Amino acid sequence: MYTDLVMDHFSNPRNVGEIEDADGVGQIGNPVCGDVMRISIDVEDDHIADVKFKTFGCGAAVATSSMVTEMVKGKTLEEAADISNKAVAEALGGLPANKMHCSNLAADALHLAIQDYLVKSGREGEVEQILKALPKEHEHSSH
Amino acid sequence: MKSVYFDHAATTPVDRRVLERMLPFFCEVYGNPSEIHKQGREARAAVDAARAQVAAAIGAGAKEIVFTAGGTEADNLALFGYLQRFEPGHFIIGATEHPAVMEAARALNRLGWAVDFIPVDEFGTIDLDGYEKAFRDDTRLASVMFANNVVGTIQPVAELARIAHEKGAVFHTDAVQAVGSVPVDVQALGVDMLTISGHKLYGPKGIGALYAKRGTRLTPIIHGGGHERRLRSGTENVPGIVGMGAALEIAVAEMPETKPRLERMRDRMAAAVLDSVPDVKYLGHPTERLPGNVSFTVRYIEGESMLLQLDTHGYMVSSGSACASGSLEPSHVILALGLGAEEAHGSLRVSLGRENTDEEIDGFVEVFPPIVEKLRQMSPLYVKG
Repeated sequence: MYTDLVMDHFSNPRNVGEIEDADGVGQIGNPVCGDVMRISIDVEDDHIADVKFKTFGCGAAVATSSMVTEMVKGKTLEEAADISNKAVAEALGGLPANKMHCSNLAADALHLAIQDYLVKSGREGEVEQILKALPKEHEHSSH
Repeated sequence: MKSVYFDHAATTPVDRRVLERMLPFFCEVYGNPSEIHKQGREARAAVDAARAQVAAAIGAGAKEIVFTAGGTEADNLALFGYLQRFEPGHFIIGATEHPAVMEAARALNRLGWAVDFIPVDEFGTIDLDGYEKAFRDDTRLASVMFANNVVGTIQPVAELARIAHEKGAVFHTDAVQAVGSVPVDVQALGVDMLTISGHKLYGPKGIGALYAKRGTRLTPIIHGGGHERRLRSGTENVPGIVGMGAALEIAVAEMPETKPRLERMRDRMAAAVLDSVPDVKYLGHPTERLPGNVSFTVRYIEGESMLLQLDTHGYMVSSGSACASGSLEPSHVILALGLGAEEAHGSLRVSLGRENTDEEIDGFVEVFPPIVEKLRQMSPLYVKG
């Protein structure tokens, strides 16, 4: 049900952990749904200098978290903001249909981390310009 | 890498002795049991012999066994087949039933039947008081599973059947997980209907049976040529029926050896897991449980990720987490025990079978704690205390 690339990222996740005193931290999901992702970033010269993740969740949740950290390293804030959940899933060679909702929120966590960085560094005014679509609070409408 | 199958509650391999007995019924004795020529008679004789084997295994009469295409169909036949000759009234099921009963009950509910779901306690045992109080004047049937597929808890079936009869209702039990694993005697239990599945007891898939006590009036849910005493039309699955008869005969004959051995391995594994991993909770009843069921929940991590990690180490298990079940909800069984959704997402079920060995238990107990530690290190919910 998972691609080899998903299994590789799940079994050997990249950039696991938390950056101490990070420039920005974003967390999304909740334990009741079964997925929580936390991404921390360090920013230098408007580039993502370092990124780490911690994830509670299934194989897809771990793999998307790991993948987004690989995709974003060294990117500008604008480039990072353009990475979508869909692009992360595509980079992994696709995800099973039932994993596209809850378990595919890693880009959202990243965007929240960028927002956190901008707010913390007094650049609140740039949030809307850089992050065109801010992630919404994670909800299950189908319950 | 060695591959270890620990998911016998999902399905079992077909016993080679069972397969041997089935094989002649594909290319040699392939007749339709309804025909009177030699091929037909030989096939009929095989079906009759298997029916006698199944009946003997549960203390029933041969005429009380209806072969179906599996446990799910047998459950549907019990509920729909019994209830549909009445005007819609009321019936009762347990809160931790298998979807085969749960969804059949919901479908009957949509047809106008009122249904009560009886809660269980923290061990998964049905609340006897609540059960007794749920009966109404128009309660026609109660259905409570013999043993739970997720946490292994065995219900006080004889007591539940007695209460149902006292209240004027019939009693059905889904015994798919129990038959072949623990002694099941329909006379001693006093049940009116009981569901069996072939592939849970080292028989083939696609075959099951409903025991219906003589005098239990059922109407068919599958219509056609009137096979199985008019209760289940469709040409008999002769190899499947033969396989299920043989599998049950073997399971019952070997139970005196298998059951205590599995119970010992089960308790050893449970003790070792609880001992070596902090923040683990054993699920189900401590003693009244299936011989091969080890179920627990691990805090701070998610079931599917444990399952996948174990799989990469060669161990095949199951989880009741939402992800592993393919839905958004964790297992209704684990939630019914009173656990929160977060804990339910961390559930893992190991179900041992007769080909498992003590070495395999040792191997699991060795690889499991580091897997938990690795996933916990990755979890934002985990704060090492």
